[in-house]
Amino acid sequence: MNQPQTLIDKLWAAHEVVCRDDGETLLWVDRHYVHEGSFHAFNRLAERGVKVAEPGLTFGVADHYVPTRGSRSNIAVPEIARMVRQVEENTAKHGVKLFGLEDPRQGIVHVVGPEQGLTVPGLLIVCGDSHTSTHGALGAYAFGIGASEVAHVLMTQTIWQKKPRRMRITVDGRAAPGITGKDIILAIIAHIGADGATGCAVEFAGSAIRALSIEGRLTLCNMSIEAGARCGMVAPDAKTFAYLKGRPYAPKASDFDRAVEEWSALASDCDAAFDREVTLDAASIAPIVTWGTSPEDALPIDANVPDPAREPDETRAKYLREALDYMGIAPGRKLTDIAVDRVFIGSCTNSRIEDLRAAAAVLSGRRSKVPGLVSAGSSLIKRQAEEEGLDRIFRDAGLEWGESGCSMCVGINGDLVAPGERCASTTNRNFRGRQGPGARTHLMSPAMVAAAAVAGHLADVRPLLVGRKG
Amino acid sequence: MQKFGKLTATACPIKQANLNTDQILPARYLKWTRAMGLGKVLFQDLRFDAEGKERPDFSINKSAWRGAKIVIGARNFGCGSSREAAVYALYDYGIRVVIAPSFGDIFSGNAVQNGLVTAIVTDEEAAEIMAALERTPELSLTIDLEQQSIVCGNQVYHFSIDPVRRTRLLNGWDDLALTKNYDDRIATFQTQDRARRPWAIPRPD
Repeated sequence: MNQPQTLIDKLWAAHEVVCRDDGETLLWVDRHYVHEGSFHAFNRLAERGVKVAEPGLTFGVADHYVPTRGSRSNIAVPEIARMVRQVEENTAKHGVKLFGLEDPRQGIVHVVGPEQGLTVPGLLIVCGDSHTSTHGALGAYAFGIGASEVAHVLMTQTIWQKKPRRMRITVDGRAAPGITGKDIILAIIAHIGADGATGCAVEFAGSAIRALSIEGRLTLCNMSIEAGARCGMVAPDAKTFAYLKGRPYAPKASDFDRAVEEWSALASDCDAAFDREVTLDAASIAPIVTWGTSPEDALPIDANVPDPAREPDETRAKYLREALDYMGIAPGRKLTDIAVDRVFIGSCTNSRIEDLRAAAAVLSGRRSKVPGLVSAGSSLIKRQAEEEGLDRIFRDAGLEWGESGCSMCVGINGDLVAPGERCASTTNRNFRGRQGPGARTHLMSPAMVAAAAVAGHLADVRPLLVGRKG
Repeated sequence: MQKFGKLTATACPIKQANLNTDQILPARYLKWTRAMGLGKVLFQDLRFDAEGKERPDFSINKSAWRGAKIVIGARNFGCGSSREAAVYALYDYGIRVVIAPSFGDIFSGNAVQNGLVTAIVTDEEAAEIMAALERTPELSLTIDLEQQSIVCGNQVYHFSIDPVRRTRLLNGWDDLALTKNYDDRIATFQTQDRARRPWAIPRPD
């Protein structure tokens, strides 16, 4: 009888081209997503005078640098215009399909892939972006790579890897109303640390994970990199298949049925062994916000920030002092006493239709006390939100309704948080200077960002949901 | 890619845990090509204040550690964004070895592609080496990749590194050098896989 296998074992075996004695394995790549930042790799191809090996398996998007405000056909800042033009030229030269600025399907790469049905279960997917882990939500093996590896994949459609360790994070039980995939993943990162899953392929399992929508699972897997994981994944199920059916690039008709049959086998065998197991109780998870400069600095909204004076470990106390100092927060302060200057709803973490609906459910009929920007994950989601009237809710609340792109998550398109300003944000990284030099970021779910907007300070969304559809 | 064997050089301690690639190279420099001099903007926002003045407290600004070829960091060094330009910035500044208790996976993968050694020691060893450097800032460390050893004063520490990465660094091999012998295997895999997993090919409407 065959050895019981985990999901990553099965995905790994299906992509193995060469396995060397030293364990280095050459894996076949099913999808390669490129963006403006992939220029280093395209330059390397140009230096060698070679073409992209499999343009039909390579897809480009314009997302990192695209403006969300002002003209997109005539970009005001020349060096940003150059970045967008560069990805247009590089993809055109190699016959790679681009979802560019003029394309109604344009959006953030990790939103567009699943939305277009390019991301399906069982695939190996890479992209020169660490949040490629997102795609694992559909049962794919997906991970971020650097420029040298991007160049290698462009030239050979393969990648050298060492098999990651297998880690299962099981979240069982029923999450309270208002608790989202974002709260679950922040709770996990706070529990295991920002390097708690380093070197591991993480499979998320348990009844609370199964209960999440595909959108919620995408958020969950998106941030698995913030725990150091090589990738995050959820075994595909009926929800996955229903989500994919009819998507433009997904298999059709009888091909789809055959695919579903094979995808259904993509689950860990019941007695398969993992190298590491972690379990959490969903019922114990409250809405979570970050207070510091690493995603592991996360606490339930009713908590107080740490007090370094009460920390016995000297190194840890120094870390706390520096993080609080950067964030401009007094030691021991109640989280709900921290006033915010601005809000941002967007990014590959939380910009899908469900995220926008959740924020709108809180903001409907209310005003934001601070300015803010809402940027949908794709131009198609933006249109859908407008059809549902969500844009009106955001605008009526006093927030700006922008175009789609990476926007204020990383700030390289010019959407910046000013030095010293505090932003409640649905993004993935609260690193120093991430949203702009000197910017202070608090990560949380879209509903919690909406609550912070309404209150003007970090706030528990749950009272604001009473009597509403959250 | 340059081979790495052995290096004796000054080493700069950087104590921040979770020192992410945004700190190593802020995102606003990702538009730059490598030829523009990424080494100049390594640790930009840690090294300089908003007015562009050096921050005297940041270790690599101290005279003994300016131009160090070795960095010794804390846990989860290089976590975060996959930007390989963070490795270019370190390398082009002159850094050839980073010692830390753990590294971000993508960062250490990028490092090996560019001849930068990522040497893993325990938390205690990292703290000891940092303490020795603080006592004697001009102290040189000797890193021997073949032996996987760090000589620090009269102490010798063993470091760990993935054996495959070690071989590659010792020989200066990058991924492409490894792959070029396998063109036939790739072609065979592709043909068989098309029949085995037809659903893996994207089919636009």
